[in-house]
Amino acid sequence: MALDSQDIRQRSATTSENPPNARSFRPEVAKLIDISRCIGCKACQAACMEWNDLREEVGTFQGTYTNPLDLTDQSWTVMKFNETEIDGSFAWLILKDGCMHCTDPGCLKACPAPGAIVQYANGIVDFQQDNCIGCGYCITGCPFDIPRIRKQDGRVYKCTLCSDRVSVGLEPACIKSCPTQALSFGSKAEMKVLAEHRLVDLHERGLSKAAIYDPPGVGGTHVFYVLPHGDRPEAYGLPKDPSIGPVVTFWRSGVARALGVATMFSVLVAGILHYMRYGPLEVPDEDEGKPGKEGQP
Amino acid sequence: MKSEDIILPDGKILRHDNPERIVHWLIAISFIFLFLSGLAMFSPLFFWLSAIFGGGQFMRLIHPFAGVVLVLLFYPYAWRLRKDNRWSPADAKWMENSVAYMEKRVEFSDTGKYNAGQKLMYWSMVPIIAVLFLTGITMWQPWFAGSFPAPLRRVTSLLHAVSAFVMFIGIGIHWYAAYWTRGSIRAMVRGTVTQRWARYHHPGWFRQITGGKDR
Repeated sequence: MALDSQDIRQRSATTSENPPNARSFRPEVAKLIDISRCIGCKACQAACMEWNDLREEVGTFQGTYTNPLDLTDQSWTVMKFNETEIDGSFAWLILKDGCMHCTDPGCLKACPAPGAIVQYANGIVDFQQDNCIGCGYCITGCPFDIPRIRKQDGRVYKCTLCSDRVSVGLEPACIKSCPTQALSFGSKAEMKVLAEHRLVDLHERGLSKAAIYDPPGVGGTHVFYVLPHGDRPEAYGLPKDPSIGPVVTFWRSGVARALGVATMFSVLVAGILHYMRYGPLEVPDEDEGKPGKEGQP
Repeated sequence: MKSEDIILPDGKILRHDNPERIVHWLIAISFIFLFLSGLAMFSPLFFWLSAIFGGGQFMRLIHPFAGVVLVLLFYPYAWRLRKDNRWSPADAKWMENSVAYMEKRVEFSDTGKYNAGQKLMYWSMVPIIAVLFLTGITMWQPWFAGSFPAPLRRVTSLLHAVSAFVMFIGIGIHWYAAYWTRGSIRAMVRGTVTQRWARYHHPGWFRQITGGKDR
């Protein structure tokens, strides 16, 4: 569903480093999630399923408001009700879990299927399921553990940031449904300004540790947070300093690929050179004096 | 194995009996299948190889099953060949002369049915296939990968790729050595070698079969 073929900044498993991106003069978009305003109503979760025609299996009560317990191929966003203690009293640290749309996406880096993951000029990271081979490398490469494989069709799914809506000038479905403006959508620059304003408010209200979560380890994200307890992102279930990491970077790097190809060709070349120099190893016609020393024909 | 290594009525020596050859070639087919499909998933330069497997989806689906087939074939095969691949002092001597061997200034040692180079191949495949199998399990979607944490899968995925190329080096040498040493492809296809071949390449094995006599 690559609507604009000239609108792509990065494309997975592509030998050419330069996918068509003539329309790159396009503002980057962002979703700001201000947890301090979230009341945990799950309207965003419902709106996501409604717009994307998804239906989660009806589960059972698990002793928490989090339902379903984790992201699935049918739940691209899930309200996580993290229960913790802050200054001696119980607190819910709510997280609207889902794809962060990294500027430097680990999923796209890890993906071996050409064009199965693309990043549009506006920053949205989108899976193209018709190219997906179901290997799950994206799940391994993701620093946030977001993509989910669907057993029925062997393809991976996650939040699209409603790329279909955004491409025609609408805001994502979750944004539209949020009753408290905990969710906002616009250009990344605007959202950053808004986040700074929110932060000033929170600091004035005494939440001195409130902070913006826009992790630089993945080049910033196109879904980012205002966290009231910004000194403890782990308490929300967010990694403290996420990045693609050295292992995945090396595994899917051009260097590793070059080493692999060089290995194969060096075996081939060594064989050819050896054969040219020494020829085949044959049993001599008269093998006296050679091995075995028996020396009889 | 000794009982199977017999001298046939036409004077040829049976080096690899029917089950051994059949299993060997089944392993070879699964390896080629696994290597080409793995290569397609390793580098976009080779993703076009997915076309010969009926597309990326089917290739990805079948790759782990082919791996299980290889493991199920290889380890019983390796178990059967274990006695002929025991390391002996003669093998150490062969290794010392390995460069001379490759330059055809041959110095043969009585290493048994296989020479030290072949034994090295054997003993490198035993652990490498185990590593590929175990790391492969951690990557197997959608059935098993989810049971392993992502940080572990990152390491095992890298290890899987590295081991695959190490295995390719081993198999590449194996292929070349088989081609280079005239008579060995025939040995693995038809099963037999001539007595001269056996005496020249594996004098110790030859004496074992003929009971010390030199026919």
